Amino acid sequence: MGTMLRVFLLLLSLLSITAPAFSLYEDQVGLADWHQKYIGKVKDAVFHTQKTGRKRVVVSTEENVIASLDLRHGEIFWRHVLGPNDAIDGIDIAMGKYVITLSSEGSILRAWNLPDGQMVWEAFLQGPHSSKSSLLVPASLKVDKDNVILAFGKGCLHAVSGIHGEILWKKDLEAESFEIQHMIQTSGSDLIHLVGFVGSSQFDSYTIDAKSGELLKHDSAAIPGGYSGQASLVSSSTLVVMDSAGSTVTTISFQDGKVTFSQTPVSTLIEDFVGKAKLLALKLEGVFAVKTGTHTTFVRVTVEGKLEVVDKINHATAVSDVLEISENRQAFAFVHRRSNGIDLTVKLGADWNHDLLKESIKMDQERGSVQKVYINNYIRTDRSHGFRALIVMEDHSLLLVQQGAVVWSREDALASVIDVKTSELPVEKKGVSVAKVEESLFEWLQGHVLKLKGTLMLASPDDMAAIQSLRLKASGKSKMTRDHNGFRKLLIVLTKAGKVFALHTGDGRIVWSRLLNSLRQSETCENPTGLNLFPWHVPHHHALDENPSALVVSRCGPSDDALGLLSFVDTYTGKELSSSSLDHSVVQVIPLPFMDSTEQRLHLLIDASGQAHLYPKTSDALGVFRPELTNVYWYSVEAETGIIKGYALKEKASDDYSFDTRGIWSIVFPSESEKIIKTSTRKLNEVVHTQAKVVADQDAMFKYISKNLLFVATVAPKASGDIGSSTPEESWLIVYLIDTITGRILHRMTHHGAQGPVEAVVSENWVIYHYFNLRAHKYEMSVIEIYDQSRADNKDVWKLILGKHNLTSPVSSYSRPEIMTRSQSYFFTHSVKSIAVTSTAKGITSKQLLIGTVGDQVLALDKRFLDPRRSVNPTQAEKEEGIIPLTDSLPIIPQSYITHALKVEGLRGIETVPAKLESTTLIFAYGVDLFFTRFAPSRTYDSLTEDFSYALLLLTIVALVAAIFITWILSEKKELRDKWR
Amino acid sequence: MKMRKGELLVLFTLCFVLSLIAPSHSGFQSDELLVDNDEVGLPQTQSQQSSSVPKSDQTTVTPPSPTPRRKFSDSDSDSKIQFTLEHAFGDSDFAPAGTFSARLKTSAHGGQTLTKLRFSRNALTDAEKENFKNLVDGDDFYKIRLPSNVLSPPGKDFVVTSVRARCLPRETLDEHFVIHADGVNILGVNYGAPAPCSYPHPAKLPSKWSFNSYTILKNTEQAPRTPLFIQDVLKNGEEGEGEVVAPPERSFWAKYWMYVIPLGLIVMNAVTQAMNMPEEQASGQPGGAPAAPGAVQRAPSSAARRR
Repeated sequence: MGTMLRVFLLLLSLLSITAPAFSLYEDQVGLADWHQKYIGKVKDAVFHTQKTGRKRVVVSTEENVIASLDLRHGEIFWRHVLGPNDAIDGIDIAMGKYVITLSSEGSILRAWNLPDGQMVWEAFLQGPHSSKSSLLVPASLKVDKDNVILAFGKGCLHAVSGIHGEILWKKDLEAESFEIQHMIQTSGSDLIHLVGFVGSSQFDSYTIDAKSGELLKHDSAAIPGGYSGQASLVSSSTLVVMDSAGSTVTTISFQDGKVTFSQTPVSTLIEDFVGKAKLLALKLEGVFAVKTGTHTTFVRVTVEGKLEVVDKINHATAVSDVLEISENRQAFAFVHRRSNGIDLTVKLGADWNHDLLKESIKMDQERGSVQKVYINNYIRTDRSHGFRALIVMEDHSLLLVQQGAVVWSREDALASVIDVKTSELPVEKKGVSVAKVEESLFEWLQGHVLKLKGTLMLASPDDMAAIQSLRLKASGKSKMTRDHNGFRKLLIVLTKAGKVFALHTGDGRIVWSRLLNSLRQSETCENPTGLNLFPWHVPHHHALDENPSALVVSRCGPSDDALGLLSFVDTYTGKELSSSSLDHSVVQVIPLPFMDSTEQRLHLLIDASGQAHLYPKTSDALGVFRPELTNVYWYSVEAETGIIKGYALKEKASDDYSFDTRGIWSIVFPSESEKIIKTSTRKLNEVVHTQAKVVADQDAMFKYISKNLLFVATVAPKASGDIGSSTPEESWLIVYLIDTITGRILHRMTHHGAQGPVEAVVSENWVIYHYFNLRAHKYEMSVIEIYDQSRADNKDVWKLILGKHNLTSPVSSYSRPEIMTRSQSYFFTHSVKSIAVTSTAKGITSKQLLIGTVGDQVLALDKRFLDPRRSVNPTQAEKEEGIIPLTDSLPIIPQSYITHALKVEGLRGIETVPAKLESTTLIFAYGVDLFFTRFAPSRTYDSLTEDFSYALLLLTIVALVAAIFITWILSEKKELRDKWR
Repeated sequence: MKMRKGELLVLFTLCFVLSLIAPSHSGFQSDELLVDNDEVGLPQTQSQQSSSVPKSDQTTVTPPSPTPRRKFSDSDSDSKIQFTLEHAFGDSDFAPAGTFSARLKTSAHGGQTLTKLRFSRNALTDAEKENFKNLVDGDDFYKIRLPSNVLSPPGKDFVVTSVRARCLPRETLDEHFVIHADGVNILGVNYGAPAPCSYPHPAKLPSKWSFNSYTILKNTEQAPRTPLFIQDVLKNGEEGEGEVVAPPERSFWAKYWMYVIPLGLIVMNAVTQAMNMPEEQASGQPGGAPAAPGAVQRAPSSAARRR
């Protein structure tokens, strides 16, 4: 009997190990999760609107995506996300069937099949040094019946066969820093002109035979007045250049080997010109455009080389490239912004006074200004020319405009998420109409009857479809009110475009979106970039009549010492409540665990000079903060110098709300042997349920739980490159656990023969990190668990009874920590893009790691697999505790991909938010795509599943009651009969 | 008295419950002298008046390292080096406060390691005592710093650390150094009082103005290697399937309580039912009493009929 029991227990424990903690049936897809595909801000677009086939536009974007979009609906036909270092420099369509892309600074040329996006060929172009790149797909240039594609990159010109991607010839221009400006094919000949600049003062022009790659001619001349990097090609032999001061336009004519210059000051073209002028990139025959402030001036270059102003537009304008609509007829479009819409004007290149098309399109202010426009023509039903325009707006959205209306639009700012926070939805208010309830009750019943049919296998295929659609709709899942389980929330998302979105967790729809005024380009703030999002005001006392708000922290420009900007956004309506530009920079934002009397959260902003500024700037907040001043510490990681410094605040201040800081500790890593590559901390809002961990044999260990734990990983400087660039002997990875209050190194450990990239996650009392083991040629994941030894004595019963324990003694960072660490390493098959860990409301539910794999999927891995206490032969007690026998590698169970069949292309981050229901955590993964799901690390032990059939339960109860009655009646009758017998 | 009784009861139940959990606790009792479980060496402490005499002696044992260049041979050359500890009171400037002396072992492969760290503290001057008092009153930081490179101080930068001044005073000034070193480089110093230092803490001054120092030198630890035992696992797996590892023998009660309790319940239930049955019959009788004679009567009559 005993052995039986043991075998049973063993089987049970084995089962619990092997059974995937989470898996999904096919019909459950999309019930709790949603997935959205984006492409990012469009950089370049090519239309493909031949008569045959579907009309489409191929675009390349700043997120290194190449995609083919349906021109009718804006849907994605196909899409490829190139790697993060594989920026696309040029796209074009060759031979009407291939999309050609040039990427990675002109070193990779690829051809994709236009209808389905399959890669046809790939060519690696090599050259001596990096340079600007340029792509030219000549329409009618053939070498041995083969279309030639010309790509300039890395200082070389390559001619590549269009059919199979072979390099036909290669010409090294042997000029050290030749920056190509244009590649021109003179029509009707096989000559290619390359025009560009060396440095900022020399103009170079090369003429090359496209058939053989022979260099026919090379001219160079010094440009008077210098060169600012802006040039515009006016004709096949004329280039217009802006000088470095931005005040003089130089026309360069390079016909027949003669290079001639003529200079014209901008002030002669434009009256009352001050400041700097810019040349717009425009490829229009004979015309170039100068931008001064908000004005755009079109200037024609006459045949004699004279300049004359053609038109002047007083708005911010985007100008399209030239479109050849018929023989010798060129059209181009420009779009400018009005207060409540945009104006699209299409003109013939030759005839300025006549508009081919002039349309006004209504549009709200939320899209900002027009950034780019691409036009395409079609033949209308009345045989005249019609135009459609693809417009890229300031908020990175993409619109297709035709016949004065927006045909479709895409919110592609969501491809570049910077930060995510959640906000609770409004509390449901009373006064729901009765009719609505009745209707929903009827629907509810109907739904359950349908489900019952499904369960009893009585449903017809139609019914099954109805059931599925019902489940997908899941009444109430997209309601705009708080729910009992805390599944419905708003995801507040800050994007690179400076647009803030609120997404509903139920179905992923955009509840509101707001292009923040403070994050738009202005004269005072050239290049604003969003940094972080913080919950600013979360009302609890007045949750019914006050809206929560979020704080958006940003700075003017990429450097640390750029001035900061704050804006406050209402998370229910998306209204920008207020914004302010700061008089100091923002390096770090510390959300403090304090609130003022109006429930605004206190934040400390650290500037580049080390001063701390308190927000909100109210005396009330200061009153709350002052007593806690001495207990506020912060640290900075200087990765370049390899120093980590800790700071405390000082009482004295220049004005009331800013405080001086002073360094109190520093850790100096020797620069010859260590380089910081990764730091990681615990999430501030993480909840730990219990400090004690009961281990086998009824023993307990105390977790060392500190909010101030910093994980730092350093590698040998030699090994900081790519994998394979160093030998195992000269590479090592050292991991540190540092207390950020006192700067104590709690634990230090060396992995010899290991190198980065390191991804790490810190939670509760453990750290898990992922790196590459050069000796084993495998990726590895290691775990460090930290236990507090100072509390270990508390297990003595008598001490507990007599009150001699130290359980109630306060914890201080200045007490000497007595810690014990346990660690273990395991092999892991994948490289990893990001690691996160599930978080639940009370921290009771066991944890699972969420690993963003190289395949852009999210894998859930039980933390128990990364337990340092795993051993080859766990004892019976350990097995009962759930310790898995030791293996050398971590298993990848296909069912535990929480993204199931989907991919979150370009995965960058995984955010977990606890739901109110303890068993469940909400997961939001973002990259180019967005993915959201609900996940129960230990299954939903505290609620019935959504497809629980209440009707079946009801039916069973009714049937049972009926059965009871029937049997009762029967037995009564029988008894009566017996009595009469 | 009643209260006592209640308390006693609680105490007993607690004892009982805990005695079930506690049998192995003795195995985990930590030695309080041990500073850190994973410390490389054990500190010796000497409580002495501040003088130039070394206070604490610390030998470190370098962990066996798989890399050959860190291994030592007998031909290692030793050299003595010294570096100074500097301290500062609050925001004051740093001033020398003591000297560390150590032996620098140079291995045949060029790797250098610090060993045999000794420390001597300078006596506090009256001005420094005054400063320290001010620190304790203002709950300010007492800072120390060390050069980050012992051969060419200060190296890249000083390694600074600080502690709230209120934490140090006991009978004397108790301090505890853990110096994290890598070759000749000092990465960081864990500095503080050996005793817990809670907040807020009564501002107390030491009765003896002398330092009682512990010093520990720590080198990096080796990470455990990833287990490489595919065959082992297979073997063990087979074994595990073939025969279950014998668990420690337990008492009959511990093994079969889950069977015994339901059985007991069933028996109890049966017994109570059996007890109730006669009662029910007894209580059921009054209602059926008039009928009973009939039945009794009828029985013979039916018997008679059958006959």
